[in-house]
Amino acid sequence: IIRQKNPKKKTYYAAHVMTPLLSAPGEKMAAVQDAPMELDSEKETKPEILSDGTSNLSGNTASGTLSSPPLTAGGAPKQEDQQTLIAVLQFLRRNKLTESVDILRREACLEDQEDSQTLDGSGGGKGDGDGGDANSLLSRVSIASAAAPQSTLTPIPVKSEYDQPDVSVVLSAYSQQGDPSLYQVYYTGLKNFIESVLDCHRAELSQLFYPLFVHMYLELVYNNHETKAKAFFEKFSGDQECYYQDDLQILCGLTKKEHLKGNEALLDFRTSRFVLRISRDSYQLLKRHLQERHNNQIWNIIQEHLYIDIFDGMPRSKSQIDSMSGSFAGETRREVNKAKVFYGLLKEPEIEVPLDDEDDEAENEEGKPKKKKTKKDSMGSKSKKQDPNAPQQNRIPLPELKDSDKLDKIMYMKESTKRIRLGPENLPSICFYSFLNAYQGLTAVDFTDDSSLLAGGFADSTVRVWSATPKKLRKVKSAAELNLIDKESDDVLERIMDEKTASESKNLYGHSGPVYGVSFSPDRNYLLSSSEDGTVRLWSLQTFTCLVGYKGHNYPVWDTHFSPFGYYFVSGGHDRVARLWATDHYQPLRIFAGHLADVTCTRFHPNSNYVVTGSTDRTIRLWDVLNGNCVRFFTGHKGPIHSLAFSPNGKFLASGSTDGRVLLWDIGHGLMIGELKGHTDTIYALKFSRDGEILASGSMDNTVRLWDSMKAFDDMETDDFTAATGHIPLPDNSQELLLGMYHSKSTPVTHLHFTRRNLLLAAGAYNSQ
Amino acid sequence: MAEERRQKLCSVILPTESMKAIAESVGVGSLQEESCLALSEEVSYRIKEIAQDALKFMHHGKRRKLTTGDIDHALKLKNVEPLYGFQSQEFIPFRFASGGGRELHFYEEKEVDLSDIINTPLPRVPLDVSLKAHWLSIDGVQPAIPENPPPVPKEQQKTDSTEPLKAVKPGQEEEGSIQTKGQGASSAEVKGKEKMRMKPRSTHELSVEQQLYYKEITEACVGSCEAKRAEALQSIATDPGLYQMLPRFSTFISEGVRVNVVQNNLALLIYLMRMVKALMDNPTLYLEKYLHELIPAVVTCIVSKQLCLRPDVDNHWALRDFAARLMAQSCKTFSTTTNNIQSRITKTFTKALLDDKTQWTTRYGCIAGLAELGHDVIKTLIIPRLSVEGARIKAVMDGPVVSNIDKIGADHVQSLLLKHCACVVAKTRPLPDMVDQYKADYGYLGTMLCSHVVKARAQAAFQAQTVNRTTLTITQPRPTLSMSQSGLSASSGSRTPNIIKVPSSLTLMSTRPGTPTQPSPPATKYIVMATSAGAASTQQVRVLNEFVSLYLSRLPRHLYHFRACLTSDRR
Repeated sequence: IIRQKNPKKKTYYAAHVMTPLLSAPGEKMAAVQDAPMELDSEKETKPEILSDGTSNLSGNTASGTLSSPPLTAGGAPKQEDQQTLIAVLQFLRRNKLTESVDILRREACLEDQEDSQTLDGSGGGKGDGDGGDANSLLSRVSIASAAAPQSTLTPIPVKSEYDQPDVSVVLSAYSQQGDPSLYQVYYTGLKNFIESVLDCHRAELSQLFYPLFVHMYLELVYNNHETKAKAFFEKFSGDQECYYQDDLQILCGLTKKEHLKGNEALLDFRTSRFVLRISRDSYQLLKRHLQERHNNQIWNIIQEHLYIDIFDGMPRSKSQIDSMSGSFAGETRREVNKAKVFYGLLKEPEIEVPLDDEDDEAENEEGKPKKKKTKKDSMGSKSKKQDPNAPQQNRIPLPELKDSDKLDKIMYMKESTKRIRLGPENLPSICFYSFLNAYQGLTAVDFTDDSSLLAGGFADSTVRVWSATPKKLRKVKSAAELNLIDKESDDVLERIMDEKTASESKNLYGHSGPVYGVSFSPDRNYLLSSSEDGTVRLWSLQTFTCLVGYKGHNYPVWDTHFSPFGYYFVSGGHDRVARLWATDHYQPLRIFAGHLADVTCTRFHPNSNYVVTGSTDRTIRLWDVLNGNCVRFFTGHKGPIHSLAFSPNGKFLASGSTDGRVLLWDIGHGLMIGELKGHTDTIYALKFSRDGEILASGSMDNTVRLWDSMKAFDDMETDDFTAATGHIPLPDNSQELLLGMYHSKSTPVTHLHFTRRNLLLAAGAYNSQ
Repeated sequence: MAEERRQKLCSVILPTESMKAIAESVGVGSLQEESCLALSEEVSYRIKEIAQDALKFMHHGKRRKLTTGDIDHALKLKNVEPLYGFQSQEFIPFRFASGGGRELHFYEEKEVDLSDIINTPLPRVPLDVSLKAHWLSIDGVQPAIPENPPPVPKEQQKTDSTEPLKAVKPGQEEEGSIQTKGQGASSAEVKGKEKMRMKPRSTHELSVEQQLYYKEITEACVGSCEAKRAEALQSIATDPGLYQMLPRFSTFISEGVRVNVVQNNLALLIYLMRMVKALMDNPTLYLEKYLHELIPAVVTCIVSKQLCLRPDVDNHWALRDFAARLMAQSCKTFSTTTNNIQSRITKTFTKALLDDKTQWTTRYGCIAGLAELGHDVIKTLIIPRLSVEGARIKAVMDGPVVSNIDKIGADHVQSLLLKHCACVVAKTRPLPDMVDQYKADYGYLGTMLCSHVVKARAQAAFQAQTVNRTTLTITQPRPTLSMSQSGLSASSGSRTPNIIKVPSSLTLMSTRPGTPTQPSPPATKYIVMATSAGAASTQQVRVLNEFVSLYLSRLPRHLYHFRACLTSDRR
């Protein structure tokens, strides 16, 4: 029976993240619930996941046995049944009726297929008894969690937003009995205990403070103990880490049960289990203490609302913990980042570079043959070597190259031969494009890859395109005029342009709210813009008119980004999901749901197989475009993430946030590998140089900073062992990595771009006061 | 501190009275206290929620200020109709009134005359967005161009000069914005490291480009081509990268003044003073360090006995006025409780003024210098002296003709006194203006002062009227100084750079081809010559000594070497 039910369960997981290619916008949520199984894609991903899952098995069981709380947050269709089941289980356990617990559990999982999820945590506990069967079950459980790491996280927030009935279910978790006046005593007791333990454990156990504090406070509020809640808050809010202050501010405004109902942020806090990573020793200590004191209240909260990820090894230090915590939902579970990510680059299509002799002579006096050779070599090396980490060429169907694209590729290669090699001794020149008279209205900027065009999105809902070269922008002639053109002539492409419309900039009108994101297509024919009005618009840069308005997000769309190969694009907004679109579909192809707050920032991986999103919940998620799974989940930022950048080789990710820090991530191992401190305000722009040696960051504090990314990446030893622990010691070497800092007079940096020759372009609006 | 803020936030709830007031305004009469409380809690919570959403819009708008638009958008998120037409020029548009035991707030709604609105000129059309590119960095080095901030910000120039041990490389003093509890130890370590850092040895070598620039600028400043000079002064006044060259400029000016006072070269003195002004206009320079050189030079130009070769013809008075204004400006900007520039300058001037033997030229300078320091100084130091000065002027005017020069001097002092005192008297002295009383109070100058005061009062009244009438367009003419004789004009006060164009035919030097001290200088070149320190001392005005002695101790060593550089500039 167990074997039987597994595939079904997998469909369920997949259904959450998969959206059928064609579904009307209105049905979207329904589609998320019961999408048809897409077996093909499932099968494709299975093998890797299986191997990964088994390798992870030991760690998983370990955590399972120790933290044996059943998952309250099911998110399954039969959630209410499950809730009651869990309640019964709890009751039994509280009354020490362990036998009945075991029996009921076994019964339940046999009867109720969906309930197997409950075993995610507790399955290990009964593993001994069930022998082989249980083992296979476990392996599948871990597979499931690896394949769909957001299984417990994803569906619920989405549902809580749309399905009202769920809210009461979620809130009912608070309706337990307990003497509210004792909360302070409990909390103080735990605090005293944690303060009295050895230093090495104290830092780890201190992580408990914040989630416990919040849950206890919410429980008091929910049970209408308003004054007690207030007193509790005032007494203990000062103990919390400073990076939780934003959350505490939201929390302190919330004093009534009614407030809870509309507050999505806190509902999310309830439904998603706060993840703590604690070493085995520290956990044992805590468990012993709570058992000795019979401190059920706290134990219940820990079991119901926290997920304690236990690892073997040295307890982590305070700074290690601080670097990873700060997100809305605690840290990452280690198994979440185990899935294989094909971070390598795709094979470059082979294009013959026509070596026109004039060009060579003009450029180089060393003689033609040599030149030709070097060019061929550089091309050959790229195309021959197939990166072992690269995805299959056709994993994601990509548009075919047009002739114009090939021409552009040739241009690119020519330019790249003239590229300056950057390094600590050889810093790039920076050209700063200031927007004058923008009256604080500039909200987004983008450059084309060849740096010939520049687009600005403004708060007055206009989008404006400038030519960054002396070449002026021209529209295509009207249809009537086009009819008159001789189609056979050689310069037909030149003739179709209307010379009368030539100007340095063009305005694009169409949005009805501030434009928060703009992105050029790689072929420079299209421009995307996302706006507060909930739409993403596609503009033609030939006619300078709007071609499509993509409606799907009902709330402001904070960011949009074209795939590096065109055709696809991703958008993310206030509705807490990111959507993948294709330009010729008016509905999204994928919905990436899982973030607990606004998706503020979206970027495509250089190989177009993955999408990364940053959110107000202070986490970063990497999504697989193929199956919509969340394959990486990064925590560590202390504020909303406003900028993301992949390194050109696709291996690393940099992220910048309102806390003024840049964090560096190793995608393959799923680890944080660096922290660049220095900025004093929100980082709105991040960009790697074309060869990846330099990371440039631009911020609200009016500075552009250059960091030695090569050194940051090289210093890190990320082998499989470190990856297994899920954390590595971070060196505090921001000052050494900082290569340059350039102040602008009064211009916050909103965008950075490296030209093909590695000249850095920065853009921002000049603030005149 | 953060904790305090948080707790305050926690307790912030709208007062129940406002709930009552709002309820009344929509026609709900007696609201119970409990409902008020419930309402206010709910409303406070919702307002906070909206504010938190509005912040998101601010962040995505890449702004630091929350706007009403953000709040509109946040309301839209909650499906609430935004507030239409809420705009106010003022921060708080409410007015408060009380009376008859009632207190209320109300909007002040003035009646507006339609014709006024129609006749008001349209506001200027806002400028269109435009793009401007500049180099923020070239191969890792930030060029010192006006688009970039000054390479060494003023604050750091200050710390460099006042606390050399604290000076660190820019960027290294900054620490991560996030200070978690556990990082206390590590940050203390960092601080320890900073303390260990030795004082950076400051080299004052100029690059070749800087040397060229310095040469060009100084030559243009004292050269004959007015257009070039204007450009050079503009450059001095706006360029952000002059920090390195400041000591050179400062010495150039002080040495130049020293030499040219001896040689009575009025034109050069004027040019040097204009350089001082340009330096002071440059917002990126930390001049405090070089006041010991600049102030004596300026004071010399105010009070020196003789500034030109023919005191009867040349308008050295204008130079004194200009320098006096510079002095007043530097008092305003640089005077602190530690250096006491203003009080020391005032003392120096007063001492010279009180001295009977002071010459008319110096006397004029002292009075001008004092008068520029403001009305209070005029009131306390000059007006009590009016009768004494009047008697002295009378002696020259009515007495036997001693020398023409004295007479001109007395005449200038008289008009200067009248000009400055009239407006002060007009403000302080109560009406009516009786000539006899004026005579009794102020002696010889009383009669003329009275007529001046009457004129000043009339003008003030007229101005007040015009100000009242056209509140929308107040165009106050910037006080400018024009010198009738030499044609030199200089603007005063403002820190904005402005170029003064002077017809070259009117400059003093070109009209006089030869002077005794300069055997046969071509009209285009002037001597800026450094002399040994003691040579000109007899010619120096005594007031210098005080400053020199004070600042000598702080004088950077490199300045001594600088004289060698200067002499090489000699032609």
